[in-house]
Amino acid sequence: MSVDDDTVRRIARLARIAVEEKEIPHWRGEINAVLKFAEQLNEVNVDGVEPMTSVTPMQLPMREDKVTDGEVPEKVLSNAPQTQDGFYLVPKVVE
Amino acid sequence: MMTLLTSLTLAEARDGLRAKKFSARELADAHLASMEKARGLNAYVLETPARALEMAKASDARIASGKAGPLEGIPLGIKDLFCTENIRTTACSKILGNFIPPYESTVTSQLWRDGAVLLGKLNNDEFAMGSSNETSHFGPVISPWRRKGSNAPLVPGGSSGGSASAVAAELCLGATGTDTGGSIRQPAAFTGIVGMKPTYGRCSRWGIVAFASSLDQAGPFARTVRDTAILMRSMAGHDPKDSTSADIAVPDYEKAIGKSVKGMKIGIPREYRIEGMPDEIDKPWEAGREWLKAAGAGIVDISLPHTKYALPAYYIVAPAEASSNLARYDGVRYGLREQGRDIIDMYEKTRASGFGHEVTRRVLIGTYVLSAGYYDAYYLRAQKVRTLIKKDFEDAFNQGVDAILTPATPSAAFAIGEKSSGDPTEMYLNDIFTVTVNMAGLPGIAVPAGLDHNGLPLGLQLIGKPFGEEELFSLGSVIEQAAGRFQPRDKWWAV
Amino acid sequence: MATADNSKRIKGQTGEWEVVIGMEVHAQVTSEAKLFSGASTAFGGAPNSHVSLVDAAMPGMLPVINRRCVEQAVRTGLGLRAQINLKSVFDRKNYFYPDLPQGYQISQFKSPVVGEGKVVVDMPDGESIEVGIERLHLEQDAGKSVHDRHPTMSGVDLNRSGVALMEIVSKPDIRSSEEAKAYVSKLRSILRYLGTCDGNMEEGSLRADVNVSVRKPGDALGTRCEIKNVNSIRFIGQAVEYEARRQIEILEEGGKIVQETRLFDANKGETRSMRSKEEAHDYRYFPDPDLLPLEFDQNFVDSIAASLPELPDEKKLRLMKEGGLSAYDAGILVNERETADYFEEVAKGRDAKVAANFVINELFGRLNKEGKAISSSPVSSSQTGAILDLIAEGTISGKIAKDLFEVVWTEGGDPRAIVEKRGMKQVTDPGAIEKVIDDIIAKNPAKVEEAKAKPKALGWFVGETMKATGGKASPQVVNELLKKKLEL
Repeated sequence: MSVDDDTVRRIARLARIAVEEKEIPHWRGEINAVLKFAEQLNEVNVDGVEPMTSVTPMQLPMREDKVTDGEVPEKVLSNAPQTQDGFYLVPKVVE
Repeated sequence: MMTLLTSLTLAEARDGLRAKKFSARELADAHLASMEKARGLNAYVLETPARALEMAKASDARIASGKAGPLEGIPLGIKDLFCTENIRTTACSKILGNFIPPYESTVTSQLWRDGAVLLGKLNNDEFAMGSSNETSHFGPVISPWRRKGSNAPLVPGGSSGGSASAVAAELCLGATGTDTGGSIRQPAAFTGIVGMKPTYGRCSRWGIVAFASSLDQAGPFARTVRDTAILMRSMAGHDPKDSTSADIAVPDYEKAIGKSVKGMKIGIPREYRIEGMPDEIDKPWEAGREWLKAAGAGIVDISLPHTKYALPAYYIVAPAEASSNLARYDGVRYGLREQGRDIIDMYEKTRASGFGHEVTRRVLIGTYVLSAGYYDAYYLRAQKVRTLIKKDFEDAFNQGVDAILTPATPSAAFAIGEKSSGDPTEMYLNDIFTVTVNMAGLPGIAVPAGLDHNGLPLGLQLIGKPFGEEELFSLGSVIEQAAGRFQPRDKWWAV
Repeated sequence: MATADNSKRIKGQTGEWEVVIGMEVHAQVTSEAKLFSGASTAFGGAPNSHVSLVDAAMPGMLPVINRRCVEQAVRTGLGLRAQINLKSVFDRKNYFYPDLPQGYQISQFKSPVVGEGKVVVDMPDGESIEVGIERLHLEQDAGKSVHDRHPTMSGVDLNRSGVALMEIVSKPDIRSSEEAKAYVSKLRSILRYLGTCDGNMEEGSLRADVNVSVRKPGDALGTRCEIKNVNSIRFIGQAVEYEARRQIEILEEGGKIVQETRLFDANKGETRSMRSKEEAHDYRYFPDPDLLPLEFDQNFVDSIAASLPELPDEKKLRLMKEGGLSAYDAGILVNERETADYFEEVAKGRDAKVAANFVINELFGRLNKEGKAISSSPVSSSQTGAILDLIAEGTISGKIAKDLFEVVWTEGGDPRAIVEKRGMKQVTDPGAIEKVIDDIIAKNPAKVEEAKAKPKALGWFVGETMKATGGKASPQVVNELLKKKLEL
């Protein structure tokens, strides 16, 4: 499988990365080189093989239902590019 | 005197501090002075002399009152992927801008708990994506090593290139790194030092900027196996804040140094003898076998049949996870924001401007392999192959193998800019021997084993059973004893 | 379940249409802390206060699951008589939105914690329908964007970010707006009985995505539209009505339904297309590598099952069987757990039917009039019980009981003491009543003749006697004496 220019545009949009029109052939080339590299995986018989979900044979630890965190708005907001009255500000979102 | 302090091993420095031969302040000063001279290597992206001196002062006070921790007064460099409280952390990406974490990563907080001193933040490939430290927003790191008769700058390897370069150039006694596909072991091998990637879950990932969550693992760099073991003890341990952290007691790894390896069975995987592998990679491997045999270990040939698929599977799984992990860099809560005419435009401009080339490619690939219609063909298949890779190792260990010996890298270090063809997979091949270990979640250590015809270091890799780090330290110290230590010539970077 | 009876169908220009509805209800899990962080779930608060660095998706932050939230999901699954999956997986649902700090929502896609179950829904006309549950899974809530604070910018508050939600997905078994409303009411009732969600729709603790399609009876399923985030039961009914009519109109005019996400505008009572959500979705689900599969053993499930309260269906059956209540009365009483508890306290050791009548007619009537919830009733269950005791022992009549209830409602106090103090006891002494009756008979000879001819006129004498005794005479004694005196 290989990607075409439209696919590059579509995935760049999904990834929310602006890609200039003139760069698209370049990205297409690089992506296809990697996909071609990955084609080797098609040689492997994976019938009946479970996909790996965790590399360690562990159980998911669960924590107690206690409030142990939060109430630190100054830390939450300290690195924000733009804030007002405790809110993060972003270009207007239209619903 | 001042420069000599930087040439000590971590263990020697520790003992010297306890014997009050010199102070933590003197040790820190010596390192800060070396760092200043060696700025040309671009190993540090942020020097923190004020913090270093403050911490050294506190260490001296604790040493004086007999309350020294295991790493008391030891000056370390920290890869810029570890969040350090109130100290800029960027993952060497433009997108994090001037991010000042209001928190400290678990691993580094354990180092400070044990008395270590922070010298500064070390350069790395952007978001740890790279094998040569050429993708950093702060520019490439230069290795203190040079080819015989050449002044061409060489890469230290990556992604933890700043850590490797700083340790090899004596700009710290040890450093932290992270290893997702070889990012500790490969640069350690390129710079003639020791680096360990522990078992997945051995070190907490909390507070470390994530690249690929199921593969990322923090680990230490140092100039000797013993020093690496000393650091490892402080870095490891269970962390309830990381759901993948193992609740297993941390042994005193230093005790494994010099322990007999008699009767241990060492597997030599035939699949690591790749086609066209230069003779000089094979030579230290052969030597390693002999050294371990001489120390009483048994050598057996083993097969890890899915080895060749580890790299292609890795370059599906890692970008997929990365594409999701890096979605949080959106210009809303921290880091860079480029203005846009609406929210989507703001996202797209911010991320286009904030991510470098390598990161952008991996995010695009990761997005593609997870997208509707392609998930099964790429991501799911790669995760199934991963199960088979892990099973290969389990089969070997079930046959009684205690550890596996391989070359660490398929070549010695290369020159900056040497591997920048249009095909990204050329660079990926650097990780061919290391990446299987991440895919299987196993521990691996790189130990220097010799020099190539250019006088550049080559390393061996030992792969252990899950939580078999102690065995790796014992075996690694056998190789270190036999091979000796390697240093770059004439400290050209310090003049 | 597949066919609707004709009364549910909608008449169009071209004949009858059947509405097919499936719902995704998002119920906020009752817990102190969030699903994957230790921040508080408290409603309200200053913006970005109930937020941990995990909720704000700071670099290197990691999720750790809250055990209580898992228990609540299992408890709910048991309450919905559903399959509990001992192993399930958390996936990342990837999309960009300013109130989604991670750039993905941690949810469960392929392997939910709860599988198929069912809910029995009683309709007001006495019919019951069964709505299949497809699945229930745990996921994170998003933050909130506010748009009225700045001319060109939106504000983002992450207080809700990371709060645990249960998404409860029904099968498309619902056939009318009434059924849709009744289903959500019943689900809400079950969740409140279980204590797994407070069901507070005003605060957004319970909200529904309603999938609506229409078809000619017997046809295959039509194209559906999803109406997002409807946050009141009344609105669910309105949204379904509007949307079904809209689709029928389009189809009858020869048009096609476009599968899309729509928004219910409560002010206009209509649904409209949500353009902003229309961009092609590709959520790129994959197992969250920061978490391991969620696994627990059957003992974990059994211990939760052992602590399950009696649920409304079981309670209703018991009230009918043990107390002889009608299905209708029992249904009303069990609807809310608080109501059922109140009733059961009142009925304990008393006649259940009498208690049910009094609670439904007197108490509920008064609560409804004042718009009060049972939890804030000024008359406690023990006060109501005392009033019923006074009736049962003949101290007061049913009519006095109404007056007494009014006094207790407005002034409070011990009903028995009030009766004593205010002389509200009914007069049962035949001698005293006889005197009054004799007096009335003597003064109304014409009425006496009338009553003798037409025994129904007795009622007039009863009324006069009650009037003369200030309503305190025992109606039973009055009746007996009158019959004797008038020789009926």
